[in-house]
Amino acid sequence: MALALQQLINGLTLGAVYGLIAIGYTMVYGIIGMINFAHGDIYMVSAFIAVTVFTLLATFSISSIPLSLLLVLLVAVLFTSVYGWTVERIAYRPLRGSTRLAPLISAIGMSIFLQNMVQLTQGARVKPIAPVLVGGIDLLTIDGFTVRLAYSQILIVFVTIALMAGFTWLITQTSFGRQQRSCEQDRTMTALLGINVDRTISLTFMLGAALAAVAGVMVTVYYGVVDFFIGFVAGIKAFTAAVLGGIGSLPGAMLGGLLIGLIEAFWAAYLSAEYKDVATFSILILVLMFRPSGLLGRPEVEKV
Amino acid sequence: MTTLVLARNTTSLTDRLKDAGAIALVALLLGIPMIGLTTVDQGGALRIATRWPTLFAFIAVCFVGRLLLRYGFDQWRARRMVREQATLAVVDRSVATNPWLDWIGWGALGVSLVLPIAFSDNRYVVDTATTVLIYVMLGWGLNVVVGLAGLLDLGYVAFYAVGAYTYGLLSTQFGWGFWQALPVAGAMAASFGIILGWPTLRLRGDYLAIVTLGFGEIIRVILVNWTELSGGPNGITSIPRPSFFGLPFKPPGDDPTFASFFGLEYAPNQRILFLYYLILGLALLTNLFVSRMRKLPVGRAWEAMREDEIACRAMGINARNVKLSAFALGAMLGGFAGVFFAARQGFISPESFTFNESAIILAIVVLGGMGSQLGVVLASLVLVLLPELGRDFAEYRMLIFGAAMILIMIWKPGGILAHREPTMRYVAGGESR
Repeated sequence: MALALQQLINGLTLGAVYGLIAIGYTMVYGIIGMINFAHGDIYMVSAFIAVTVFTLLATFSISSIPLSLLLVLLVAVLFTSVYGWTVERIAYRPLRGSTRLAPLISAIGMSIFLQNMVQLTQGARVKPIAPVLVGGIDLLTIDGFTVRLAYSQILIVFVTIALMAGFTWLITQTSFGRQQRSCEQDRTMTALLGINVDRTISLTFMLGAALAAVAGVMVTVYYGVVDFFIGFVAGIKAFTAAVLGGIGSLPGAMLGGLLIGLIEAFWAAYLSAEYKDVATFSILILVLMFRPSGLLGRPEVEKV
Repeated sequence: MTTLVLARNTTSLTDRLKDAGAIALVALLLGIPMIGLTTVDQGGALRIATRWPTLFAFIAVCFVGRLLLRYGFDQWRARRMVREQATLAVVDRSVATNPWLDWIGWGALGVSLVLPIAFSDNRYVVDTATTVLIYVMLGWGLNVVVGLAGLLDLGYVAFYAVGAYTYGLLSTQFGWGFWQALPVAGAMAASFGIILGWPTLRLRGDYLAIVTLGFGEIIRVILVNWTELSGGPNGITSIPRPSFFGLPFKPPGDDPTFASFFGLEYAPNQRILFLYYLILGLALLTNLFVSRMRKLPVGRAWEAMREDEIACRAMGINARNVKLSAFALGAMLGGFAGVFFAARQGFISPESFTFNESAIILAIVVLGGMGSQLGVVLASLVLVLLPELGRDFAEYRMLIFGAAMILIMIWKPGGILAHREPTMRYVAGGESR
């Protein structure tokens, strides 16, 4: 019971992070219909930026936790969205309107490039940072097992909820959100109505990268270590989450992220930690077999 | 038109500088966190290290590079416009059947036949050529699934792994030979192809991509963790090498060996050469098999399915069987390549079957031009030789590899040899060619 509660907390935390990354996949897929394979690596880049900024703050002996978190978030979001913009500009925009596979291949190339660039410039070894947010609340103790809610977990869940709320507002209420949704429906028509499609797509990539940056900072705070390979696994899981929730749907991405996080946490606790990835993918295959458009996705209507 | 050309030529220097300046600003923002700053481990704690000179060099390269590139591109475009105006001819760039391609194909075959004889004392060349041929074979196998049937498979390496492990286990546990295990491993990989194909029949495009990716990862995770079967991360060691119809490549001993049977002097490179010709033979058989399959009804159905699935169903083609046959056949060819890989290396571990490998094989198919057999050969050459040539600056080679993938795609989005010609086409009068 206590273990289940603990895993529920851990799973929700993990799921929130997957959800944040998944939104980037789902938005990009919604607007230009391609899998942004480099998105996981954008997240990895942001984790490295977070490590650098945390170290920098320590050098200047800024020890106030809220201030340093805020600074790290701001800097990481800023620089990572530039990365998101550049990736789109270099690897995807020239290929818009060509076959569906071409941007996928250049995305895989971009992913390999980013991984190796970080490995070269930042080193291949695991980077540990000094714990930023230590401690937590002991919720209850059953049979000597204490259920613990770490402060970093509270932070992750709250930041995610706030971002989701802000994002829903951005997409449903603002002018940019309307432009974005209209680009999703029909790019040609949108352009005819005087909306700068290229700019909207660029902004979408930057927003996706910004969310991935937040996820990267959160993971750095939560685990305290980063290496250049974290992007691949997190990227695949987050993409699975996006597909599970129904690709193109924002609430779906969050729901999918939470589900993947919970499945992983419970599977690791009760069945086997080694096969948790197998569980994730098997459940994905099962969902797609019986509901091919994901949990919240609209079924794709095929026209001749 | 002329005014437009002139206008392009007269882009003012200030505009060009502004444009390059914007690029330099982006380079600055990209460079600060990655190049300018880094963290180094010092006594268990991280410390900031700076590399400002490198950062400034990077920005300068971006600035000048953009300036020159933009200028060159504008010049080129202006010239092309003038030329096209002068000729007023619409150049048909979709020329499909280029007679040169046949000659290149035969030439490549000739080169591949004599290459090991010419370089028989240079083991490195023959080894690299063998690696190229493994990728050619994998590319031709995946080409059936992706290029012909149009099913995006991101987990192709799973079948390669199934083939390799089937041979590894059969040979080390049951003492099977290479030639006995080859068909069994092929069948095994094909059945895995059907296992993967069955649940994904209804899926399209990107959903299919992610499921195949997941399948590839599942196979790899099982191989890592099911230690009793696969040896876990340590893999399977001392897998027997293939023999020449029962004659092993060994120094002379009691049993007849290849060298003693043919009265040759034993030399270690005999096995290398044999392995090379073995994979060459397997690859050529694959090519022959696939190009014949393309002309059969099922092969034509693959291509039709790639172009329009709904139309295919309306014409009464059984989509399930067509898709499953493509999966099974592609998987079988991957399995054969896996058997050869295991036999050549003598050692296999899950490390050889990561997603990166799938990505490289897919890149070979797409870069080569989907559906083009010769394109696969060219792309394998590029993708295998590029990291090999980069050995001198070894740490940059994967970086260059990734950049090359992007650049080739931007340069030729349809692949090096882009054509989507159907293998068979209807000619009035009922004759097909």
